[in-house]
Amino acid sequence: MPRVLRASFALLFSIPAWAEGPQPPRSGVEFQSADVRAMQADDFANPATLWVERGAGLWKSPRGERNVSCAACHGAAEKSMKGVAARYPVYVESLGRVADVEQRINACVVDNQKAPALPWESQDLLALSAYVAKQSRGMPVAVRIDTAASDFERGRRIYFERQGQLNLACTHCHDASWGRTLYAEKVSQGQPVDWPAYRLEWQTVGSLERRLRACYFGVRAEMPPFGARDLVALELYLAKRAEGLASMAPGVRR
Amino acid sequence: MMLGKVQVPPTVKRGEAFEVRVLVQHPMETGFRRNLDGQSIPANIVDKLACRLGGREIFSAELGTGISANPYIVFFTTADASGELVVEWSDDRGEKGRVTTMVTVV
Repeated sequence: MPRVLRASFALLFSIPAWAEGPQPPRSGVEFQSADVRAMQADDFANPATLWVERGAGLWKSPRGERNVSCAACHGAAEKSMKGVAARYPVYVESLGRVADVEQRINACVVDNQKAPALPWESQDLLALSAYVAKQSRGMPVAVRIDTAASDFERGRRIYFERQGQLNLACTHCHDASWGRTLYAEKVSQGQPVDWPAYRLEWQTVGSLERRLRACYFGVRAEMPPFGARDLVALELYLAKRAEGLASMAPGVRR
Repeated sequence: MMLGKVQVPPTVKRGEAFEVRVLVQHPMETGFRRNLDGQSIPANIVDKLACRLGGREIFSAELGTGISANPYIVFFTTADASGELVVEWSDDRGEKGRVTTMVTVV
């Protein structure tokens, strides 16, 4: 065995079981230009704060057949939602499946408020999820995988699976080539923190599901529909991979 | 009523320039885009924005399709006396927005 290969094997096995991906993990914002980083750090200039404000209003406004607001059950989001987004996606007992923040909000809207589900990527859904995600600002990502082992494995499998006409897996860019230049941009580590985020390209706030779909599009693969189990599984794997990284949601990306 | 916000320094000095920052939530559709079905998306832009301080207009702008979604406008002005700063804007469909803040001169 060549010495280099042996050294890399030694390195591989010296990393603890869950320290997957690049170490230390670095948030996607670090790969953005100085302008974008400044925009995310500035609570006034960050356009996503408009969605947070809208979410704060929706939190208090009654909705659905039962005419209850989120606040009626959950009280002040600053308290009840603190750190919640950092634990997502998570296995939700009442749903019997793993859900991300948007799906959990929608389940609450349908089951508890008895209102029609908010459409994927609708302004209301994004406003609520941005508002909830904001309450976990600066808190490290810490997801449970013991209750969602099969979804975690599914997410990891997708991450390492080649797909699309470009025949690339996530790992080829986000583990092997992060920090290098792709077109005019730096390839990030693919860390899922700061979402939902305002993406300048979209000129709106979008969910992590939308961002993942954009990557599918990028490698010319078939995009899973919103809410697909594959997307949530991938989100779960990425969250585990980003363990300990603080989320500064809502973020800004180019 | 459209969402927006305005920010000025907590206190300003008489006659000295200070920064006013305005952020408006708006899609700013140019009218040149098409949706996934190939139909054109109608134009929808904020075309007027004006700012008054103590009842006097200090800044106004006519925006067009070249301005990005969620316009972010920054300008400098001076104040001789404390007063209410009012920012009003409207889009080509007649939708209006208004935010206010206090300018405190020390």
